[in-house]
Amino acid sequence: MRDGLTIYERSTREPDGNTRMSLIKNGIMAEDHFQSVADDEPMPVNGTIVSLARFHRDREEYLARNAPIGVRLKSDESPEALGEDVHRLSVVVLEFPKFRDGRAFSWARMLRTRLGFTGEIRAVGHFLYDQLAFMKRVGIDAFEVQGNITLEEYRRAQGEITDVYQPSADGRKTIRQLRLGRVAALRF
Amino acid sequence: MYRYDEFDARFVKERVAQFRYQVERRLSGELTEDEFKPLRLMNGLYLQLHAYMLRIAVPYGTLSARQLRMLAHIARKYDKGYGHFTTRQNIQFNWPKLVDVPDILEDLATVEMHALQTSGNCIRNVTADHFAGAAADEIEDPRPLAEIIRQWSTLHPEFAYLPRKFKIAVGGAEHDRAALKFHDVAIEIVKNAAGETGYRVYAGGGMGRTPYVGHVVGDFVAKSDILAFLEAVMRVYNQSGRRDNIYKARIKILVNSLGLEETRRQIEHEFAEIRASRTLEVPQEEIARITDYFAPPAFEALENPSPEFEAARNADANFCAWSDVNLATHRAPGYAIVTISLKPIGGVPGDASHEQLDALADLMDTFGLAEIRVSHEQNLVLPHVRKKDLPAIHARLAELGLATPNAGLVTDIIACPGLDYCDLANARSIPIAQRLSERFADLKRQRDIGELKIKISGCINACGHHHAGHIGILGVDKKGVEFYQLQLGGSGAEDASIGEILGPGFGEHEIVDAVERVVDTYLEKREGSERFLDTVRRVGLEPFKERAYAGWAYHI
Repeated sequence: MRDGLTIYERSTREPDGNTRMSLIKNGIMAEDHFQSVADDEPMPVNGTIVSLARFHRDREEYLARNAPIGVRLKSDESPEALGEDVHRLSVVVLEFPKFRDGRAFSWARMLRTRLGFTGEIRAVGHFLYDQLAFMKRVGIDAFEVQGNITLEEYRRAQGEITDVYQPSADGRKTIRQLRLGRVAALRF
Repeated sequence: MYRYDEFDARFVKERVAQFRYQVERRLSGELTEDEFKPLRLMNGLYLQLHAYMLRIAVPYGTLSARQLRMLAHIARKYDKGYGHFTTRQNIQFNWPKLVDVPDILEDLATVEMHALQTSGNCIRNVTADHFAGAAADEIEDPRPLAEIIRQWSTLHPEFAYLPRKFKIAVGGAEHDRAALKFHDVAIEIVKNAAGETGYRVYAGGGMGRTPYVGHVVGDFVAKSDILAFLEAVMRVYNQSGRRDNIYKARIKILVNSLGLEETRRQIEHEFAEIRASRTLEVPQEEIARITDYFAPPAFEALENPSPEFEAARNADANFCAWSDVNLATHRAPGYAIVTISLKPIGGVPGDASHEQLDALADLMDTFGLAEIRVSHEQNLVLPHVRKKDLPAIHARLAELGLATPNAGLVTDIIACPGLDYCDLANARSIPIAQRLSERFADLKRQRDIGELKIKISGCINACGHHHAGHIGILGVDKKGVEFYQLQLGGSGAEDASIGEILGPGFGEHEIVDAVERVVDTYLEKREGSERFLDTVRRVGLEPFKERAYAGWAYHI
């Protein structure tokens, strides 16, 4: 318990005993406007997210939908498999099957810096409080949390380390750039 | 030496607070051991057989007297009074309590030290030639580059959850003293035909159960491009390295399965993009700024040869022997590089007591020595010593039990902690090292044998570098009994090679005799001043095998 944070307040079970999924997006709690659709399920009317396999199978039909669309990538699926279609998507979902599987860190960075994707990059699956700052740095801006991470903790995690040593997808100034700025300021 | 500015200082402080919070959550039960494990490992904290072990980073092996005193303080206050220097130039403490670790890290931060990335599946602490900045055969001091890499790799958001650990080493001399070709990535500072300095980059070297010598993946990378190149290598590895089997997860396996050509193509593809973005360009001014920190001391114009040094050599046989064996050629006349052996006869390789650490710090102050180095061979090095001071320094080292004249000789043994500490080990390493050291204690005999590197690992993970030993010893477990396999002909130097297994393992009470028979075979077979390694390479394993297994009930 630090900074007013109570670990046990984080458990947010529904009356039916199921854990509630919530979405932290751009640093605030957000409505989830997307529905994840299984490969054999019929398409609902609103925003949808499908697997890469289904996207490849139903590509034309899917791209022609009159609703926001997204694709969910497994940790061994590179976003390069989406090709130019990535720009037609509103959301790319990156799966963390196990928090130790760090491939999604590269996929997120690649979506931002190579593919120039500006839509939502959402992390789902098993990740830890201690990874949130890295996830944001590589370009993930939405986090599906299951009561294991509160908004307060999310914000705390982002503030643990003030400055960074290397560039990533977040465009933050690195310590080297800050040093240069300091030297320039001294010259005036 | 590199000095922290306000950014580095704040960073390390915040990192300590971050780890303190992780420890609190573990102690409260909020984090499971499974979740805590990678977090503690990224801060150098292992759970071993009997206790936690904290591995503290000594970036590129360089320490000040102040830092040495802090290590002594930690050994006294939080541990059992000693520390253990490792084959990656770090120091580890074997008995800290989990609740104390954040305080240890806080103490370390006051002397600009930390335990960042000394373990875990991330880019590990960067190592470098321990004679950096002093060696006569050096093109350029590798430490500025190592520091640039250290900063880039510190909490790198994309590469903190790699398939497996990732070790980088940097060397800048004709002789490879950093085991470059056994690293995941190594950088060798080279000159091209036009006389410009640049970097040759190796990838895919490593030991463990599948040893490989690294391949050149970048022939001549420009200095300003090195971080872009390394980031490219890391991307290829993070995206494609195997995650289904931890024994096949190192980059060496990826390089081997893709083939060198395809590996190079993929790296080039990523490199071209990063280079074009210029986000990781290292400007000349930045290289110069970091290099300034590593400027050598102002060397005095000293008499060379030094009369004091020569007089002591004539007067004192012990000093004479020590100076023959433990000194290396310095680039400045009248100076020498001193190896302080942490391999006393019958001792534990790499251990140093808090009294020794404190006394060494005092000795550094007395003789105006700003830095001391940790070598990957588990010794310490004083890089810039006036030869005229050597008699007094030797006398002080002798009082401290630190003047064993065996650098590079048969008793200068590398050994992993083995089954005495490590829960991965199959067999003990330290007692074997101790008994070998006792067997070959006679200095005259050691010097007659000459350069011979024995390296002992207590399991297939090869922390004791047995694959790269002129004589490598691997401890294995056969139905609960410790056996020791011999390998001959390995080298971790510029002539890197992987040792070949001689035959079936020897029992705990046979291995020392077997090594002695191997050494005797060399003494019989050698021609002229041929080293052990060269004789093995020339005559092959057969004569050694015959002799080592002579009298065995069955023929190999």
